Amino acid sequence: MPVHEGLVHEGLVDDGRLVGGHCRSCQRPHFPELSTCPYCSSDEVERRLLSDTGVLWGWTAVTAAPPGYRGEVPFGFGVVELPEGLRIITRLTEADPAALRFGQPMRLAIVPLHVDDGGAGVTTYAFEPADER
Amino acid sequence: MTAVAVAGVGIHPFGRFDATVTEMGGHAVKAALTEAGIRNGGFQAAFCGAAYAGVAAGHKVLGALGLTGMPILDVEAGCASGAAALLLGAQAIWAGQYDTVLAYGIEKMPKGIIRSSFFEPWREEAGLAATPSYFALRAQRLMRESGVTKQHLAEVVVKNRANGAHNPDAMFRKPVTAEDVLASRVVCEPLHLWMLCSPNEGAAAVVLRRADLAGPGAVRLTGIALRSHLPGAVLGEATPMAGLVDDDFPSPTALAATDAYEQAGVAPADLDVVECQDTDAARELLSYEELGLCPRGDAAKLFDEGATQMGGRVPVNPSGGLLSKGEPLGASALGQVVELVRQLRGDAGPRQVDGPRVALAHVVGRGANAAVSILAR
Repeated sequence: MPVHEGLVHEGLVDDGRLVGGHCRSCQRPHFPELSTCPYCSSDEVERRLLSDTGVLWGWTAVTAAPPGYRGEVPFGFGVVELPEGLRIITRLTEADPAALRFGQPMRLAIVPLHVDDGGAGVTTYAFEPADER
Repeated sequence: MTAVAVAGVGIHPFGRFDATVTEMGGHAVKAALTEAGIRNGGFQAAFCGAAYAGVAAGHKVLGALGLTGMPILDVEAGCASGAAALLLGAQAIWAGQYDTVLAYGIEKMPKGIIRSSFFEPWREEAGLAATPSYFALRAQRLMRESGVTKQHLAEVVVKNRANGAHNPDAMFRKPVTAEDVLASRVVCEPLHLWMLCSPNEGAAAVVLRRADLAGPGAVRLTGIALRSHLPGAVLGEATPMAGLVDDDFPSPTALAATDAYEQAGVAPADLDVVECQDTDAARELLSYEELGLCPRGDAAKLFDEGATQMGGRVPVNPSGGLLSKGEPLGASALGQVVELVRQLRGDAGPRQVDGPRVALAHVVGRGANAAVSILAR
């Protein structure tokens, strides 16, 4: 099950794509989807599925488990720039900073986070290098 | 509009102590009131900055000293909480409402990475709420855009720890070498442990008074501004989940600095000493650019010139900064003001900057909240 509802689209078509928003007033994209545009306060926003590919803009690795986190460390963390003009904060599947580079092509992936107390697998979105396979 | 002067300052050292946050606050408040020469009834309002101290924490401090009855406002503004308290106090005097007010900041932080209710629990669970990881991304971008190297990050720590060695109120008082810093463990590449400040405990207090009632030569608070962020930047203290492909959003620090400079009628070139938010070593270098100490992209150049070292054109963090003092959120901004008042009075002892006349204090953090205060004599 997803770590949080509403971030990732579930459906027969476009399953696993990130759910963002687009403002019809200022024409700018946002993520996660909101009912009010975070840039211009317009309520004229509509749902948009975001691109599932982008390029790497910044990255690091988290080496010690931060408060409230139950998954494995180290894990990759960074910013991926999507073609619609949005920079997304995301986990990265690559936890070795030396293995990544600026502008590297990246691809959306749904990855396991941890198993919750009820035994259910919890998943989240992440980006993985798209030029290695 | 009447001018605002600093009538007294006081501080409880920053570090780890057995004392309660109430006791530490009382220590700082008593010291500031003693310097100002006032007792109960000597100030008409009190403003307390704190983020983790709980309900009516400021009331507890003054209650324990038998100093209640006046309005006491408990103020939370993340890392700028103490500055928000100072701002409210200054505004009340500027408005002509009071002659003398007390601003104080207190904190007793848990150890380790700061856990913040600012983040939804799912974001912590997903690993998207680790504060140092955001600092690391910002550091990496600064390295790419401003010629900053990992060596620069280490050298900022060396500078501040050397300054902090002369500050009895600092938590870390041992100078370090760049090799030591780079040998400390990597928390989030490129940031090593010693490049990050430690959340800790402490308190600071400032008595503000109408300048015409303060003694001649008193340090004046000539500008103070608190700003939040403008939306759009993916990195920054507002920590959104996404931002736009655009690098020209003014930061909250730049917004606050612009306001404060205008209010004080000074320009960055007029500054003689600065205390800035060095949450991590890269944050200090970024602050050089955001405060206008140098043009955008020139942080490394300014540092390499030695301008921000003791004896340089504009020494930054003569107190040792948060990297030496640690960061008790509610108290850190007023700790900077205490340092700068002492610097302007010529009372800073072995870490005295040569004859400063204009000083700037800067804090920024969660919210976003950024505050810039300008003091002058």
